[in-house]
This record gives sequence, structure tokens and C-alpha cells, in this order.
Amino acid sequence: MAKIIFITSDSEKIELEATSGSVMELAVQNGVQGIDGDCGGVCSCATCHVHVAPEHFAKTGPASEIEQDMLELDDDANEYSRLCCQIEVSEQLDGVVLHVAK
Amino acid sequence: MKRSEFADPFEQARNEQGIGKMQDQDDPVTMVLGLKDVRKCAHNWKTFQSGAKPGRIVVPSEVKIRDTRQIPFEVDPPEHGDYRAIVEPWFKRPLEDEYRTKLRAQIESLVDQVLTQEDVEVVSEFSLKLQSRALTLLLNTPYQESDVWIGWGTHVFRSEGEALDGDKASILYDYIDAQIERAAENPTDDLYSVLLNSEINGRKLSKEEVKGVMILTFAGGRDTVINAVTNSIAYFADHPQSLARLRDQPEITNRAVEELIRYFSPLTHMGRVVTEDTKVCPHGHDVKADSRISLCWASANRDAKTFENPNEVVLDRKVNPHVAFGFSHHNCLGATHARQIMHILLETLAAKVGSIDILNAKENIEDLDQFKRKVGFDSINVKFNPR
Ligand code: HEM
Ligand code: HEM
Ligand code: FES
Repeated sequence: MAKIIFITSDSEKIELEATSGSVMELAVQNGVQGIDGDCGGVCSCATCHVHVAPEHFAKTGPASEIEQDMLELDDDANEYSRLCCQIEVSEQLDGVVLHVAK
Repeated sequence: MKRSEFADPFEQARNEQGIGKMQDQDDPVTMVLGLKDVRKCAHNWKTFQSGAKPGRIVVPSEVKIRDTRQIPFEVDPPEHGDYRAIVEPWFKRPLEDEYRTKLRAQIESLVDQVLTQEDVEVVSEFSLKLQSRALTLLLNTPYQESDVWIGWGTHVFRSEGEALDGDKASILYDYIDAQIERAAENPTDDLYSVLLNSEINGRKLSKEEVKGVMILTFAGGRDTVINAVTNSIAYFADHPQSLARLRDQPEITNRAVEELIRYFSPLTHMGRVVTEDTKVCPHGHDVKADSRISLCWASANRDAKTFENPNEVVLDRKVNPHVAFGFSHHNCLGATHARQIMHILLETLAAKVGSIDILNAKENIEDLDQFKRKVGFDSINVKFNPR
């Protein structure tokens, strides 16, 4: 079980728990504002963009090359950006704070 | 070659030049072919604009047959964003349970119907009907309207052998004008009425603007959905084991939808008008101000630099950063609707259909000058066999 904390662009804090699936799925199932997950998680839509809190970046690791290619053209992207459909839920994530980009 | 195989005509040009050239009514087009280049150009709306003369960013060009600006398609930021904000919530309705339930009922009854027939011409008897009926949900208009649209046949804009036909296009334009007048006099809760009542920057949308949105909704969602559905039927005819797999592993349905859309890329490319002398691609091809480029989604989606085995349908492809629905500002507004159609179609076929026999097929080959691309079928006759 991992606890994952989302902070939306309206500064709303949403704490969720999960054991499996992707972080995007968790967010969509719980209606986290700003995460739409239009493509269902195949890394094609960029509607699941989050900024990982810098101090937690080791929990998620950096974006893959394919993610980076997508994020490169997103004006809100920074070095802590991830497409959260590409982050699998695991114990390792426990306590991670994710700022929703949109 | 199997009927459902769609070759990639762009491979060599993509790898060697990064671009292709196409002549079109004395307004030539430089086709951008690589995935990264297509994305970059799509993102850079200042240099590669959509808000040119109406019809010019469409290939073949429609400048000679229309003056109505399609909205939001032929508008650039920041106005583009204002229009998108008005229509986006409406185009997300396909995610609602009630919408999905109605769509499922439509698709199930159509599949039940074709299962009783010996010979089904898929384009006209299945895909066109499915697309037209589903559109009544998107517009929130009475189901019976779909009979009118089905009556137009598959080619509302084109007569036999002719690429563009102004007279035929006017059938659609006249229809939409009449609907807008009707909604202005007797508003309902359909899309026409909602748009007529919408405001942009403190004023009501004009009838001309409403027309621009409605024409686009009809035009953009017609051939694209028809090709996606028809080609998928051909794929399952050639791969009955994939139907069985979707039955056993329903959790891969979403990936299968995205993969089929990547592979078939129902919209081959879309144009932009260049606003300043510049270069496209790492190879640095010059393009001149006031010339046209096109963003070739179909080529980008077979780019081996990103996609492993790009020319195969890998039904459960996990990472699939395709651009079949476009990229950046103008990404497809109808994608939520199209994805729901495909998702429910795959579930329904898996549940009800055991196999499909192709009896006869006539391919639709798009002529892009330097390239000939199979985009779908003019007609394909099949027999659906129940499980
Ligand atoms: C599988 C089906 C579909 C595919 C592959 C597809 C593909 C695309 C692509 C590639 C674009 C980007 C065009 C550009 O960048 O200039 C686009 C835009 C658009 N599509 Fe689709 N489309 C599909 C279905 C639909 C449907 C069902 C509708 C509506 C009923 C629709 C309405 C639109 C609109 C309104 C735009 C313009 C959005 C804008 O400019 O902001 N499409 N589509
Ligand atoms: C008023 C607006 C539009 C008109 C009058 C129009 C007209 C046409 C015509 C004449 C064709 C046949 C081309 C040929 O056979 O050479 C066609 C095909 C097609 N159009 Fe459009 N179009 C419009 C808007 C759009 C938009 C906005 C999209 C997508 C976003 C779109 C997607 C397609 C596709 C995928 C085909 C199929 C190509 C094929 O199957 O051969 N159209 N359209
Ligand atoms: S959900 Fe589409 S890219 Fe993550």
C-alpha cells in the first residue's frame, strides 16, 4: 500500500492510497482535477502531467525518453515533470507529493 | 498481402529526406514525415498557422468550394483557446454513463442485425450507420435525424470519381443552415441551441460561427470514424484470435483501441500555412513564407525511431505515443467520442462475434502524388459469424 498526495492547481490537497495500477488511473478514478487521462495511459495525450515535488523525485525517477519527447513541447514542463500514466504504483512511491500541472 | 494490412508508403522518404512533396491545385505542400518533426511543427502555431484563408490548410485545398471558417480548426491561439473553452465540456459528454449506455445499445443492436445477414457491405451498412447514429448522441439530437445523414451516403462532399464537389457540399451546408434557424426559433438542449446561446468575450456566438463549428463536427467526424470502424472489422476478419484475446483479457481493450487507431491513422495529414521563411526537419529543408506544409500523422505513427515493429498491430502495445488524433493546440476535439465508439465496438464484437469472413473488398487508395496510401475501403463485403 502506497500513499500518494496530489496537489491540484487550485491548491487542493488529495491523499489517496493504492497497491497497483498507474498513478494516472488512481487520479482519474478519484476525480483529481487536471488529470484527464484521455488516452487511457499509453503516453499519447499528455493530459496526465504532474510535477514531482523535488525532494520526492527519487521515488518516481525521471521521465523516460518517450515521455521527455512529449514533455519537451509542453510549456509548463520542468525537470521534475512526469506523465503519471507512466508511473506504476508501488511501495517505493509511498508518501510522494505530485503537483498537478494543469 | 492480407486485406487488413496497411503498408507504410512513407518509410523511405521519412528516413532519407524527412519530407515529401505534393502538388495540389497550384498550391504545393511539403509533407513533414517524422514523429518528432510533426510534433514540433504542430506545436509551433506562430510559424505554421491554421488561421489562414478558410479551406487552405485542408489537403486537397477547399479554398474554391467554401468561405465559412471552421471553428476551432481554422483559428490560431489565443482566440483558438476561447473557442475550445466553449466546446470542450460538451465534447467530454461521451464519458458520462448515460451516454455510454445509449451508445452501447446502438452498437449492440447494429451488431445483432448484421449477424443475421449473409452479406454485409461494411462501409455503407455498418460503419456509416454506426457513425451517424452515434453522432445523434454527440449533438443531442433525435435519433431519427441519423436517417437523413445515412441517406447522404458515405460521400457528402464528393461525387463518383471527383475529389471535391461544391454542389454536394451544399447539401450539408443547407441542412446546417436550416437546423440553426430551427434552433434559433425553438431552442432545445441540442448542440446547435447550446452554441447559439454561448458567449465568447462577452458577446453571443454568431450564426456564422455556429455554422463553422457544426460543419466541422460533421466533416471531421465522418470519414475518420467510418475508416476506423471499417478497417478494424477487416483486421478482426484476418485475426479472429484477437477477438478471442479481447474476450479473455478485456483489460487490454483500451490499448487495442489506441493501437488500431495508430495503425490505421484515419486522418493521413493536415496542412498549415507557413508565416515566415524557415526550415522543417533536422535535415533543414527550406520552406517559404505563404507556402504550405502538412503534418503527416500517418507517417509519424510508423516512425521506427519511436515505435518498435511499427508496421505490426501489437494489440497490447503499452507505450504508444501516437499522433493519430493530432498533437498540441488542435488535437482532436472528437477524440473522446471516437474512443468510446471504438471501445464499445471492440467489447461488443468480442462478446458476440466468433469470426468474420471477407467476401469481397475494394481498397480506397489516397493519391498523395509522391505517395499512394491505403486509408480504408471503398467497399468491403463480409459475413459476420456468431460465437
Ligand atoms: C478516429 C477518428 C478521428 C481521428 C483519427 C481524428 C483525427 C483528428 C486530427 C489528426 C486532428 C488534428 C487536426 C489538426 O491538427 O489540424 C483532428 C481535429 C479535430 N477533430 Fe478529429 N478525428 C477523429 C474523429 C473526430 C470526431 C468524431 C469529431 C467530431 C464529431 C472530430 C472533430 C474534430 C475537430 C472539431 C477538430 C479540430 C480541433 C481544433 O482545431 O481545435 N474528430 N482530428
Ligand atoms: C467543410 C469541411 C470539409 C470538407 C468540405 C471536406 C471534404 C472532403 C472531401 C472532398 C473528401 C474526399 C477527398 C478525396 O476523395 O480526395 C474528404 C475526405 C476526408 N476528410 Fe474531409 N472535409 C472537411 C473537413 C474535414 C476535417 C476537419 C477532417 C478531420 C479533422 C476531415 C477528414 C477527412 C478524412 C479522414 C477523409 C477521408 C479520406 C478518404 O477516405 O479518402 N475532413 N473530405
Ligand atoms: S494518460 Fe495519456 S499520456 Fe498519460
